[in-house]
Amino acid sequence: MNEFVERQLDLRWPQPKASYDVVIIGGGGHGLATAYYLASRHGITNVAVVEASYIGAGNSGRNTTIIRANYGIPEAIRFYQHSVDLYRGLEDELSCWMMHSTKGLMWLAHTESQMRAERARCLLNVACGAETVMITPSEAKQLCPQLDLSGGGRYPVQGASYHPGAATARHDRVVWAYARGAMRLGVHVLQNTPVTGLLRIGGRISGVETANGTISAGLVLSAVGGNVSTMAAHAGVRLPIRTHPLQAFVTNTYEQCLGPIVSDAELLCYVSQSARGEMVIGAEYEKQPSYSLRSSFSFLGSCAARVTHLLPFLSQLRILRQWAGICDISADYSPIMGETGVDGFLVTTGWGTWGFKAIPAGGEQMAELIATGRTPTLLEPFGLGRFAADRAMADQGSTGTR
Amino acid sequence: MLWITCPICGRRPVEEFAFGGEARSIPERITDPNERDVDYAWMLDNLDGLSTERWFHQAGCRRWLTLRRNTTIDAVVDETP
Repeated sequence: MNEFVERQLDLRWPQPKASYDVVIIGGGGHGLATAYYLASRHGITNVAVVEASYIGAGNSGRNTTIIRANYGIPEAIRFYQHSVDLYRGLEDELSCWMMHSTKGLMWLAHTESQMRAERARCLLNVACGAETVMITPSEAKQLCPQLDLSGGGRYPVQGASYHPGAATARHDRVVWAYARGAMRLGVHVLQNTPVTGLLRIGGRISGVETANGTISAGLVLSAVGGNVSTMAAHAGVRLPIRTHPLQAFVTNTYEQCLGPIVSDAELLCYVSQSARGEMVIGAEYEKQPSYSLRSSFSFLGSCAARVTHLLPFLSQLRILRQWAGICDISADYSPIMGETGVDGFLVTTGWGTWGFKAIPAGGEQMAELIATGRTPTLLEPFGLGRFAADRAMADQGSTGTR
Repeated sequence: MLWITCPICGRRPVEEFAFGGEARSIPERITDPNERDVDYAWMLDNLDGLSTERWFHQAGCRRWLTLRRNTTIDAVVDETP
């Protein structure tokens, strides 16, 4: 992490203790948010967040920063709507500017079958408390004048669903703000401390082995992104998770002009404009699982071609940088949060493609579970036990998962 | 780009293939039939390293093949494991 940020934010890096009440593996959004809520809501401050690299080095710093709630199943919509609401008040709560900006999101449909899917999404979203409306092509054009309604002559826009509550925020700042919030309340954040194994007493996980020595813990939470299967294997837990890379890129900065976030489930791409003016463009995850963070030119070519069908002005821009993140995708495309069947070991995982928007709700709910020992209502459907109980929650409610 | 050598068609680009999942066997340590079913239906090794996998040559001969891939760097290491 750069010095400028550390000075500005007043981040403190303490010496590690030998033991903590709670050790959270993974210093990304979810890990730090859980630590913050444990300290602020439940008074549990003897907590360490152990990060292999620097905070936000993983997917918290690699996502496309979209915050929204228009998912495909009731449990998910309620959960993400809660997160969208928490994000709105987050800058005040953590007294840190996160460049949060509510701009709305439209999902374009090019075929009658996609229109049907969007209509169903609207009805379900409204029923579960996430405002979403159907809009006509001309209304879409009003919201986003740059849109080519003929879709480059190949993908004419039939209509769209519009989710006014959608927002973007600066992802690094969310991570730093939670880190600072947690540190001020006494949480230890240990950077450059990769976890190499888990300690066990009897059947119970009792701490972590790190490259800098062992740390014992009353309870261990894995908030690892990407490499979670390896971490869970240390505890003897198998997860229904595949790890896929997902690539994205940004263009050079441009005058603020793109109103809403434009997303397209048929062309598999989404565009938003960051506060700095860059167009942030993402796509679906790669078909074969891997842990490779390599960017590919074939992705860049195909994604750029698709996105310029919708927004032709993008073809005038230059590509500034490209990157990849590794997403842990669960078998039913919903996150997995809660107990694992091994005492003293909890997970929050399966966040591939929807982790950033869930940071406040995921952290708050996991903190409540850890502090009270009871699974909060919002979290209940997302337990690992749902697979054995035949209650999998198929939700392909994101462009990343088609 | 990833290239895969199909035993029938030879060296072909990955775009012609569909990933068919891990070549799996049910762990022997699980003796409870119910638990074994859950494990077989849902759980994955998701290895960060050498993984043995099934691939389908969708846009070619339409046969299945087994290969070993290093998932850390996404490279095929052994086409006839």
